[in-house]
Amino acid sequence: MKTNTHFAFFDEGSKKEIRRAIMKAVAIPGYQVPFASREMPIARGWGTGGLQITLSIIGKSDVLKVIDQGADESVNAVSIKKLVHETTGVELTEQTAEASIIQSRHRIPEVPLTKDQIIVLQVPMPEPLRKVEAREYMTKRMHSEDDYSGVWLMLFEQIMKYGKTATSADHPVYVNDRYVMAPSPIPRFDNGKMHQTDALILLGAGREKKIYAVPPYTNVESLAFEDYPFTVESFEGQQCLLCGSTDVFLDELIDKESGKTIYQCNDTSYCMDQLNKKEEAEVQTSYA
Amino acid sequence: MGYVPVKGGTQAIDASIKRLKYERLKGQEVIEINTIMSTMRAMVDQVMSESSLYSPYLAALAIKQAEGSMEEAVFLMRAHRSTLPRPYYSQTVEPEKMFVERRISASFKDIPGGQLLGATYDYTHRLLDFNLIEENPVENMQWLQSYKEALNQVASLDKVIYFPKVVDYLREEGLFETHEADNTPPIDITKQSLQFPSTRSERLQVLTRGQTGAVTSLGYASLRGYGQVHPNVGEVRVGAVPIYVQHPNETEQNEEDEFYIGEITVTEVESFVPNNVKNENNEYELELEIGYGICYGQNETKAIAMSILDQCLEHQESDFPTHDEEFVLLHIDSVESTGFISHLKLPHYVTFQSKLDSIRQVKKGGQKVEN
Repeated sequence: MKTNTHFAFFDEGSKKEIRRAIMKAVAIPGYQVPFASREMPIARGWGTGGLQITLSIIGKSDVLKVIDQGADESVNAVSIKKLVHETTGVELTEQTAEASIIQSRHRIPEVPLTKDQIIVLQVPMPEPLRKVEAREYMTKRMHSEDDYSGVWLMLFEQIMKYGKTATSADHPVYVNDRYVMAPSPIPRFDNGKMHQTDALILLGAGREKKIYAVPPYTNVESLAFEDYPFTVESFEGQQCLLCGSTDVFLDELIDKESGKTIYQCNDTSYCMDQLNKKEEAEVQTSYA
Repeated sequence: MGYVPVKGGTQAIDASIKRLKYERLKGQEVIEINTIMSTMRAMVDQVMSESSLYSPYLAALAIKQAEGSMEEAVFLMRAHRSTLPRPYYSQTVEPEKMFVERRISASFKDIPGGQLLGATYDYTHRLLDFNLIEENPVENMQWLQSYKEALNQVASLDKVIYFPKVVDYLREEGLFETHEADNTPPIDITKQSLQFPSTRSERLQVLTRGQTGAVTSLGYASLRGYGQVHPNVGEVRVGAVPIYVQHPNETEQNEEDEFYIGEITVTEVESFVPNNVKNENNEYELELEIGYGICYGQNETKAIAMSILDQCLEHQESDFPTHDEEFVLLHIDSVESTGFISHLKLPHYVTFQSKLDSIRQVKKGGQKVEN
């Protein structure tokens, strides 16, 4: 018995239901909309939230890019791409600019996104207040009462303990001056890219059964104090070993031969692009 | 130079999947679905229960495909389940109408209808049976033959009798309160995500599809001291219950017109738990309440543990974690817990880089706050 799966895996009823949750999320920026998250053929915690969004919005003319921690060729990105491709047949790309839907785990590409693009972020822990309060019933209430003292206090305590805020990835943001939101574990470096962006940002947490969104041209502000401003990861004095870029998020690597620390673009497709441009320029000058 | 991390993912995955197939095939033995169905009853039952999909055939296929890994088999079944259309809800199942294969009470020796031990491991001695290493099909056949012959000599009743619930007897005595049947349609947790505070119908659904080990552990924790429920098992029954559905378009609802679509084997447990309740005069009185457990197949440990947790969650005023609905309900699902634990194997280069940066900045000593 061999059966074919439906276009984009889901039945149309499921897609409709998820799209309804997405519409609500877009209408209330930063608010976590509960949805009946399905069990997917990939594991919970491995991008099922993002995948459910992608599958419910994707159409035949879409071009899909999937990245995992900056890389198109990372094993899980490949696995997700394979599943979407097998059930939809849509075109795949590694070029950020060519994609109409970008599903990503923990990075926003270096190339600025456009108004024709949707970025779908995979979210492990959608609740920015979870560190402050374990119970969902309580955090839901705190959001509705605009009570964010806990998360402010958390940042304040870090300053008292360490002399600065010590958040790493997933630094909480204020969306549209109303909801505090977990931007998903993107590095602080990427937080700024959410602010007033041209693209639609959709965030999906499959295991926690939440969908939320940042619509285009929405204010997104990282939580910080006036005297202790928000800072991003520092790569001061470093550049990408391959393409020489400086104002990008870098991976820290160890050179096998010399044992020295080296740096390389985390966004692999951006890096490749830069290299190609360089080569093109070189070819042109030598031709001239 | 030119070391690029996490490249070549496509080939790596293909090679890994091939290797996995090799591991399953290299012993050059083929296990038939029928072999699994007829010899691994407990495993099939557990997979069906945790995946909340009743199909021994598909469960056996999942077990075969997963090489016997419980979490993988359950995962396969759940993923398959979410692709199936769900056109009907069944009519309320009456466990009194169960075709009982086993039924015991730990509360009363002499229950109406009697104790029926049925098939159980409870009184086997757990000694490895080395005779099973070389089983003889001919001898097995002979054994079956003589077993059936012996059965034929047992006098049987002319009619089917149903076993009354043990609790009915106690209700008559006024030891249990008789509650009005609550016919509010249950919330389907697979169609609507769990919201808190939850309803009992939601809690029971989450518990019955919980991972056997997780449900057992939390039930045990409550029993041992991290909880306030120590029940008496009023009744454990295992057997088949018939499932009926209504005609989808018929407006007249008549029990006679319902469609029988098959039967499922379940384990059902009613635990008796004493509780302090205030009476009309505001005095405390001891009253018995029921903890309810039910699951697909024969899995008595899980059903009993479920009955403990059901009672725990009926009394959330207690401070123990086993009485906290979010603590219990959000952490016992096999697919969710194994998925999130295993996701730690995914690369976390970016998040770790961010963490490193944060620690380095702190070590550089931002601005130390005095006093």
